[in-house]
Amino acid sequence: MAEPIVQVRNLTKRFGEFTAVDGVSFEIRRGEILGLLGPNGAGKTTTIQMLLGLITPTSGEIRMFGLPFDRHREEILGKVNFSSTYVSMPQALTVEENLWVVARLYGMDRIQARVDDVVKRMEMEEFRTKVTRKLSSGQMTRLSLAKAFLTDPQVLFLDEPTGSLDPDIADKTRSLIKEIRRISGLTVLYTSHNMREMEEMSDRIIFLQRGRIVAEGTADVIKARYGETDLEEVFLKLARDQSASVSRP
Amino acid sequence: MKLHRITALLYRHMCLYKRSFPRVLEIIYWPFVDLVIWGFITLYLQQFKAALPNFVLFFLGALILWDVLFRAQQGITISFLEEIWSRNLMNLFASPLTPGEFLAATMTLSVGKVLAVSCVTVLAALAFYSFNVFVLGLSLIPFVLNLIIAGWCVGVLTTGLIMRYGQEVEVLAWGLVFLFQPISCVFYPMSVLPEWLQAIARLNPAAHVFEGMRAVITTGSFPASELAWAVGLNAFYLALLVVWFHLMFAACKEKGLLVRVGE
Repeated sequence: MAEPIVQVRNLTKRFGEFTAVDGVSFEIRRGEILGLLGPNGAGKTTTIQMLLGLITPTSGEIRMFGLPFDRHREEILGKVNFSSTYVSMPQALTVEENLWVVARLYGMDRIQARVDDVVKRMEMEEFRTKVTRKLSSGQMTRLSLAKAFLTDPQVLFLDEPTGSLDPDIADKTRSLIKEIRRISGLTVLYTSHNMREMEEMSDRIIFLQRGRIVAEGTADVIKARYGETDLEEVFLKLARDQSASVSRP
Repeated sequence: MKLHRITALLYRHMCLYKRSFPRVLEIIYWPFVDLVIWGFITLYLQQFKAALPNFVLFFLGALILWDVLFRAQQGITISFLEEIWSRNLMNLFASPLTPGEFLAATMTLSVGKVLAVSCVTVLAALAFYSFNVFVLGLSLIPFVLNLIIAGWCVGVLTTGLIMRYGQEVEVLAWGLVFLFQPISCVFYPMSVLPEWLQAIARLNPAAHVFEGMRAVITTGSFPASELAWAVGLNAFYLALLVVWFHLMFAACKEKGLLVRVGE
């Protein structure tokens, strides 16, 4: 079994009286894609933001590559990237300029070759010189993904990465993620509201509700546990059950 | 501190200014308008001058030097606001970029802005009023350097407040620096202030620079003590404010504000 790359222990985040993430623990092994499911406000994005060092946990521990995050932030973030439909990029810069900025931030070498490669892989040739503010939402999402792939991360956090992509590009993006995972052992934490996509992509799924893990396992295990044949039905059942009991293997 | 991360931010802002005529205009327009208006007021008042020699030198020199401080502050604060406006803070701080590198980049940018603005104001003063700021001689160099650092101090303070309290206090980017103008004694000597305000003004490094500038104009001698005060106070405030900025940054991450600023 591959070694754990991301280790989260009793992660908790409180904002005053409100608990956004409540004692969450999980591991992601090298080359694994872990799906993070849950209704809006369940704590998925807050968890990812803590893993990216954008929010300081109230308590608990995050380790990546065997290192404690709080003491090795720079080293860890150099090997990590993310893409989120909720995050923009400088609007006055062209697609290519934005990618250059990211590559420089992460200290990449052979920048032009890397930019050319990711532009080609993400099929962005026709708008690579376009100013970002003129991109469609689908093109913007592709830029955000290109930015994430550009730095050759070992860990990727993808927050609804295909949300505004057409089915063709979304499918190609999923294939690309799987291909990079196969070649380089990429480790991925993935959130989506598309249950089919979640099933297709994830080796394991964690279901969060009100900041707590209420179900964990493969899609098949979770479906069997809740007596459903469809992950969407499980989602609805769990999301609507205000007192969902913790169910972990 | 990694140079490539600092140059990444510099490149990002160079691309922005390269493509944004309004932003370039903003650098040139206000200093130019300020200089023209104050210049003509100065010429008018000079008709009634009695005991105040070097009237033009006093006012236009002060105006040009004040703009150095103002643009140094803007270089930091506006760069931060640009990241908020483009919702780019998460991309930056989820990368290995540190707050110290961010500040270093914005400080470098502010020096670029100061150089650009200074070119405009110095040339305009020369063209419109035959006023050459270089008559201040070599003392101009430490004056300008100290005003840049004083501008950085106000810039770091303003940026920390905007980061902590969000876009509601965005107006501070343009307004806070003017709170320091009366006690910077830009256009008048410190002696005109009431005693209690003089005590406060003495704690302001910019006030010592402007006092020094007037000493050079009136006596021709280099005011070493004023300069020493300016350097000492600037070093103290800058160190204090950089530490404060890091504490504010940590507090924002604690409260989850860094991901919400700009929403």
